[in-house]
Amino acid sequence: MSITDLPAGVGSALDSAPSLVYAARPAPALDAARLALSRDLVLAFRKRGQLLQPLAFFALVTMLFPLAVSPELSRLRAIAPGVLWVAAMLASLLALEFLFRDDAHDGTLEQYALSGQSLTWLLFAKTIAHWLLTGLPLALMAPFAAMSLGVAASAVPGIVLIMVVGTIALSLIGAIGAALALGMKRSGTLLALLTLPLSLPVLIYGARATELAIAGNSYMAPLELLAALAVLAVTLAPLGAATAVRISLE
Amino acid sequence: MNLRDSRAVTVNHLEAENLQLWRGDRHVLKGVEFGLGKGECLQVTGTNGAGKTTLLRTLCGLMVPEEGRVLCEGRDVRADLPAFHSSLMYLGHEAPLKADLTARENLHYWIGVRRRVAAAGLDAALARVDASAWCERLVRTLSAGQKRRVALAGLALMFAPLWLLDEPTTNLDADGQQVVGSLIAEQLARGGAIVVATHQQLPGAVRAARVLELAS
Repeated sequence: MSITDLPAGVGSALDSAPSLVYAARPAPALDAARLALSRDLVLAFRKRGQLLQPLAFFALVTMLFPLAVSPELSRLRAIAPGVLWVAAMLASLLALEFLFRDDAHDGTLEQYALSGQSLTWLLFAKTIAHWLLTGLPLALMAPFAAMSLGVAASAVPGIVLIMVVGTIALSLIGAIGAALALGMKRSGTLLALLTLPLSLPVLIYGARATELAIAGNSYMAPLELLAALAVLAVTLAPLGAATAVRISLE
Repeated sequence: MNLRDSRAVTVNHLEAENLQLWRGDRHVLKGVEFGLGKGECLQVTGTNGAGKTTLLRTLCGLMVPEEGRVLCEGRDVRADLPAFHSSLMYLGHEAPLKADLTARENLHYWIGVRRRVAAAGLDAALARVDASAWCERLVRTLSAGQKRRVALAGLALMFAPLWLLDEPTTNLDADGQQVVGSLIAEQLARGGAIVVATHQQLPGAVRAARVLELAS
């Protein structure tokens, strides 16, 4: 093995401390998560079309109801909570397909699993990015959809707050489904079958809280239950998603 | 910088002990055994479908063998996979790159998740694989050989003691093959270990310390 004819200093060109090459400092977990998150944000802004799909879907679905049901505001106001939440749930389901698919395809998930960092933590960062790109915009769009359904402007802050908490839970629960569906081709239907039943509590409490907010009553009780669901999802969903991703890599 | 900063362990001795693995009803790894020391290169050969990739993926812990163990410094790597992972770099057939990021951004995010990377280090790694001229282009506009070069820059930048390479010379021109050869030589000179799966000859002046042939 001829290693003597190496040009001097080839190793040192790469790092200021060549004698400590194997002590290359691992990135702190927080930095790693920040990079995983910002990578997804940068990528999403380079592929804006994909980003707008779920939002356009949400806007369209909520606009169909006045046409199909009745333009009468009192009737629209009565169905508004259900319409908003079913539309938000389906829109976030639509966005879930993109959560891990590209990363699984190009080997990024494999590199994450072999990075020495906690896969749970990296997937949590990815899911946060996903929520920032879909859940949060949905929550911010909800007031417009609500107002087109005859909801009074005074209910808007409540609706945004409820939507923010609810979409956090939806994104995280969806991450488990998206990770489980990774091994499948044409996984759309499977993803819906896995995710929707798990998301039912979010739908129930979210719609109830929204109904109370629209009626001008206190919505704290269902909102607190919704927040509890979100906390549960934050703690357990990344673990479940990481396990599912590891299985899909085998 | 001191060593306590680092969870990364050195790899002085890697050993595979009677690895057995089935994929469905196909017996892929039939009792693979080898030992690999510091500064040594193991070349894994075999026909297509003989299980070269499967062996690499088993070594790095992505696949779990039905029987047998992978030992690093005499300890089962499954006992502490994160520590083992932070000391290895696995490069598969496809470079793990995002088409919508530039070559430079790809390295920044990919390696940055694993270790602290300074801008100067990034530039040096890109120059090392002659990628400086096109490192600001989106990866979707690069050729297969250029993508492979970006992956090699990641390898150079990571400074992992153990490299697991799957067909590292695919799609590369003569120059690119020389880069692979010198990267491998440097890694061995530094005392790193390499397992390389290829049915071609290793590029440059590198000779594998031993060759493991997988029977299909």
